[in-house]
Amino acid sequence: MTVTRRGFLQTAGGLVLSFYVPRLVRGVPRPQGPAASPPPAPNAFLRIGADDSVTVVLAHSEMGQGVWTGLAILIAEELDCDWSRVRCEHAPANLALYARPGMGIQMTGGSSSTRGEFDRYRTVGASAKDMLVRAAAARWKVAPGACRAENGIITHGTKQLRYGAVADAAMKLEPPAQVTLKSPKQWKLIGTKVRRLDTPAKITGAATFGIDVQLPDLRTAVVARPPAFGATLVDFDAAAALRVPGVEKVVPTATGVAVVAKHFWAAKLGRDALVVHWRDPEGKGFDSTNYTADLRALTMKPGAIVADVGKVDEALAAAKTTLEAVYEVPYLAHAPMEPLNCTAKIDGDRCEIWTGTQFQSVDQMAAAQILGTTPDKVRIHTTFLGGGFGRRANPQSDFVAEAVVVAKNAGVPVKVVWTREDDIRGGWYRPAYVHRVRVAVDASGSPVAWDHVVAGQSILTGTVFEKFMVRNGIDGSSVEGLADSPYLAMTQARRLSLHSPQTPVPVQWWRSVGNTHTAFALESMVDELAHAAGKDPLDYRLALLAQAPRHAAALRLAADKAGWGTPPPTGHARGLAVHECFGSIVAEVAEVSSDSGRIRVHAVTCAVDCGVPVNPLGIEAQMQSGIVYGLTAALHGKLTIVGGKVVESNFHDYRPLRMFEMPRVTVHLIASGAPMGGIGEPATAPIAPAVANAVFALTKRRLRALPLQLT
Amino acid sequence: MKIEVNGSVHEVDADADMPLLWVLRDLLGLVGTKFGCGMAQCGACTVHLDGNPVRSCITPVGTVGTRAVTTIEGISPNGLHVVQQAWTETDVVQCGYCQSGQIMTAVALLAKQSDPSDDDIDAAMSGNVCRCGTYQRVREAIHVAARLQRGGK
Repeated sequence: MTVTRRGFLQTAGGLVLSFYVPRLVRGVPRPQGPAASPPPAPNAFLRIGADDSVTVVLAHSEMGQGVWTGLAILIAEELDCDWSRVRCEHAPANLALYARPGMGIQMTGGSSSTRGEFDRYRTVGASAKDMLVRAAAARWKVAPGACRAENGIITHGTKQLRYGAVADAAMKLEPPAQVTLKSPKQWKLIGTKVRRLDTPAKITGAATFGIDVQLPDLRTAVVARPPAFGATLVDFDAAAALRVPGVEKVVPTATGVAVVAKHFWAAKLGRDALVVHWRDPEGKGFDSTNYTADLRALTMKPGAIVADVGKVDEALAAAKTTLEAVYEVPYLAHAPMEPLNCTAKIDGDRCEIWTGTQFQSVDQMAAAQILGTTPDKVRIHTTFLGGGFGRRANPQSDFVAEAVVVAKNAGVPVKVVWTREDDIRGGWYRPAYVHRVRVAVDASGSPVAWDHVVAGQSILTGTVFEKFMVRNGIDGSSVEGLADSPYLAMTQARRLSLHSPQTPVPVQWWRSVGNTHTAFALESMVDELAHAAGKDPLDYRLALLAQAPRHAAALRLAADKAGWGTPPPTGHARGLAVHECFGSIVAEVAEVSSDSGRIRVHAVTCAVDCGVPVNPLGIEAQMQSGIVYGLTAALHGKLTIVGGKVVESNFHDYRPLRMFEMPRVTVHLIASGAPMGGIGEPATAPIAPAVANAVFALTKRRLRALPLQLT
Repeated sequence: MKIEVNGSVHEVDADADMPLLWVLRDLLGLVGTKFGCGMAQCGACTVHLDGNPVRSCITPVGTVGTRAVTTIEGISPNGLHVVQQAWTETDVVQCGYCQSGQIMTAVALLAKQSDPSDDDIDAAMSGNVCRCGTYQRVREAIHVAARLQRGGK
């Protein structure tokens, strides 16, 4: 990668390295909007202060996954600065400057930040180092090649200069046309355990999340939204709400009615007092139990064909032994710890937004559209995100657009804050899915024909991404992890098809997206095949994975470390699963017991091959994190919708995993050197099937629906 | 009414029913204490009243009386409470949103039990939800903090 255009931003004393970022759009959408493509402008990723401070500007949002540290590592590795002087800040929203390479928009998702920025951020570091060395060499009137730079100090013979001392001079130099990046053997930081840079702010209460934003004259709004999917606003009576002390205004929004008050508590009481008339949804309203039955019925017949190889129907009809199973997963809310919120301040045709978002470019365009202005007039300040998990990357910018409308209609700067109930009941869920799988096996029990039908809503249909990412009626995200499964690839005759019904329930990507359900169906089915063949689940998988050596290696490592093949503690049993997700392969072995019918997960042994590990400490954290997120869904996660209304409302009935349920997680890294994979999401997918398979080993009961329940 | 927070007495203009959480956040500007559920289910709002952990989201400010309120901003002047040191050493935080509450609960636990077992930690910490799943490192960090508190390395 080379620096292709130079541009410098003068700031208060120091070097700002800038360059033009090519906006690649291959295969991936840029959202529509009134925004004409803004001309490429200089882009700043790095500031070196006269005080030697190194500020890394992040094009991606820190939501727990560790970009606040990981992206800084990439720059610091090549810059050879003093790591103790490195700090980070979020970039402003600017599509032309900060679009993710290969993605075309500024966003955080798809476990793509570190791998997507690996070249760009290292190049920034290397270019800056080159300029600093040249600046020092010019001052000393020596050849740059005769200088050395290390730990923030440039050395020539006995002479030394700190980076900060030449930062100003370096800024005036041309960046190099090309830089040579270090070989992996030369890395000093990449691959080592580096502690997080955001810890000091987050252990003292000093970190600013969106909900913490404070501005002069800022008001807080709580919004009454439709109580059922498909319900619509008829009218409202603001009188009672306005009598609540602190409530100042009641204004309609596109989504409902906003109560604007001096502070949250008044706004919340005002909303409780507000009288709103809603028109019920048509008919009886959406019912999730009936819907699951509908999905099950749909899977009786093939849907839109994703893959069709060989003669599946003939092979199934001719086979002596076939297995058929139906797997089901429910709707799930993301429930990040920080309830959704967004602060908007409108000034003429300009707007400032403070929020924790994963989707700066989309939000910027949505706000511009509401205000009839251009995206460049919308300034987005990205705060820390109190969890994202996909929810803060809303294709309609729901929580951002709503705040802009409230601020516009109320005529004051407003922070819209959602309650937990608003969040759990507010839609944008991981869709419910049903998989029907029929497999014919040969005499040895290996699959020879595989018919796999998936039914469930498309996440991308109806969004700006549809025309790029939904092909021939097939939303790739509904079948990811399945369409590319090595188990299907090794089966002679295979057919994968998809039904994508529409419902009034809005859906969205949820940590690991399609893999949340495809891994469950696949790894459960393979386990069923292994047991039907009378084979050890590990041996059976390894035989099927002969052409997938990375899968096999991860599985073998996790199994070895978990003591697979040795007896588990009395009353315990083990199950395993392996799955590839966003370029990384994760194998997990779960050790479970049953306590009066309640599934207890005692230990999870995880092996991950993400190609090139950047920060093993962060990778371990993300494996633990993904496992907890997936385990919450596997053991507890389910939304029930009756008459269009969501039954669950808060953490008492939409249960998160808690400390007493936390298994002992051990993580083993495989540095395979394969192309770098993602790390934020891949650990989520395999845990449900690993636990379900362990429950089968324990009880001989095959649980085919999530959440897993023995009673 | 008057309340004492982190050693300072504040005059606040609030209805007695207003939860302490919103008094701290919206009237006093102490936003380190977080809103997560509003019904004492997640622990993100944990503060101390005379050293005892309480859920400020369901604590009416009128019931605080003369008890001293301590928030995350008040446990150490420089972020170097043993629990904070242990959190740093163990690299606990992820998104960080629940961590104020986790730390406040852990501080209260260690004030009562100098060397808690895993079971003690599970019992004390199970009211604090972390959607990022930092539980294992929280557990490790509490052991580290206990060691630091006893003067160990």
